[in-house]
Amino acid sequence: MIAAISLLHLISQPFLRNALIAGIAISLLAGLVGYFVVLRAQVFAADALSHAAFTGTLAALAAGVEPRFGLFAATIGVGIAIGLLGNHGRADDVVIGIAFAWVLGLGVLFISLYATGRGAGNGTASTATLFGSIFGLSSGQAQFAAGSAFVLILLLLGIARPLLFASIDEAVAAARDIPVRFLGVVFLGVVGATAAEATQAVGALLLLGLIAAPAGAALLITDRPFVGLAVSGGLATGSTVLGLLVSAQIPRVPPSFAIIAIATAAYMFTWLATTWCRRRG
Amino acid sequence: MNSFPSPHLSWNVVTDVRALLEYPFMVQAFRAGLLVAVLAGVVGWFMVLRRQSFAGHTLAVVGFPGATAAVLIGVSSTYGFFAFSVGAAIFISMLPNAGGSRSAESAVVGTVQAFALAFGFLCYTWYGGFATSIGALLFGSFLGITTSQVGALVVVTLLAIGLLAAIGRPLYFATVDPDVALANGVPVQALGTTYLIVLGLTAGAVSQITGALLVFALLVAPAAAAQRISVRPHISLAWSVGLAISIVLISLTLSYYYPYPLGTFVTTIALLTYLIVRVVRR
Repeated sequence: MIAAISLLHLISQPFLRNALIAGIAISLLAGLVGYFVVLRAQVFAADALSHAAFTGTLAALAAGVEPRFGLFAATIGVGIAIGLLGNHGRADDVVIGIAFAWVLGLGVLFISLYATGRGAGNGTASTATLFGSIFGLSSGQAQFAAGSAFVLILLLLGIARPLLFASIDEAVAAARDIPVRFLGVVFLGVVGATAAEATQAVGALLLLGLIAAPAGAALLITDRPFVGLAVSGGLATGSTVLGLLVSAQIPRVPPSFAIIAIATAAYMFTWLATTWCRRRG
Repeated sequence: MNSFPSPHLSWNVVTDVRALLEYPFMVQAFRAGLLVAVLAGVVGWFMVLRRQSFAGHTLAVVGFPGATAAVLIGVSSTYGFFAFSVGAAIFISMLPNAGGSRSAESAVVGTVQAFALAFGFLCYTWYGGFATSIGALLFGSFLGITTSQVGALVVVTLLAIGLLAAIGRPLYFATVDPDVALANGVPVQALGTTYLIVLGLTAGAVSQITGALLVFALLVAPAAAAQRISVRPHISLAWSVGLAISIVLISLTLSYYYPYPLGTFVTTIALLTYLIVRVVRR
């Protein structure tokens, strides 16, 4: 009873309400997109997009532009670029790896340009970009994040069926006149936008957890794609809501850590449970 | 008041080098940088050959929570980098290799990386005191390297290079053709484990100069470029070390003379080195 009242009191606080509005929409998007990312073995591409999210935000800050503009421009641009370049980069992953490191190195340059432009003591902007600051969202920012996430979810559900077909059997899908290549490019654009959304929730360095962990667990639980998609979205949303409430109750635990820790624990628990069941059955 | 004029690069190499080595912190930086470059050149060469660059990246990322946890309990971040990177190497090598598709495996790696970084962030917020240090731990710094840090680097470098020298020949055999090596009685599995531990040591050491997130540049770029220059192992290994040393020396010099971060110089020069070699030797 007392716990319920204190929970109600907590949710009435605007900072938590904004965080929940943005967090639920963003993590649902991340869970759904992540399912396809893991299914298509494109986790490496999502990693690339997290680097782009960091550098894009700081480039915008250094240039004095709205940071979200740089964030979305960089991630969607890099996502579409990866899609257009195609998947043949896998064999030569050395080049991609060095290019990733360079993108981060560029981001560090923008940190220093931004810091010298604003005077010393501006480590907070880069920390917020790297590790998220969801409790710092204004209600306008939260509504924008939730609204754009909602549009992206609709877009993804619209292409879900042919995309699933193309992910599982590319050759047959192409033979059935499904625009496999076009779908791949659109999907990576959506992954880019998702990376930008998730950066606002858990930060550029941690978004990989929100994309990979729920989807990894969902793929362990079920082979049926649409059930898996729902499980992945549900796990991501659950981790975020629980993480936000835990962090609001215990201020010493930052929200991004709580969210990622719960998502990781859910994945680990699923892995243990499914291996145990398989061993018995 | 302004008794320390900011240094400028001139065309007189002698005065430039003298200015570079005028301050003890810079001498320490060059000592540490040289050790790290030799280590990265040698160990990275085997890493690229064995196609384990993603493992190397993961070991380095895991070093970050080690470093922040060490600072939180009041120990030097050096020990944290080493403890966590080597611990992760031992852990990974103990995991059974069987089962699991590639997509499931990459979901695991992505989750582990994100959790490691999140845990590092938690330790950082608990410590709360150092706003600039988190940048140094992630993206590298050459300021304030202590004598004991250089000492630790000397020990680690000798240990890692010594181990690699001892197992170098069979490791090369096991890497190039594991099946034939196994048939000839080479302990492929044990060699792989030993190498992964050496890689953990190296990732921990390199992190102290390049930061946990930029280790990749120094481990991969010189080695990948060197393997394009020559197919003969001794010659390309020497190239790898030479390129790593020049990348570090040039980066340290530039970041002394120009007010931009070391990480930017290291990654940019590493990328340029690789691209130039790729264009010249295609």
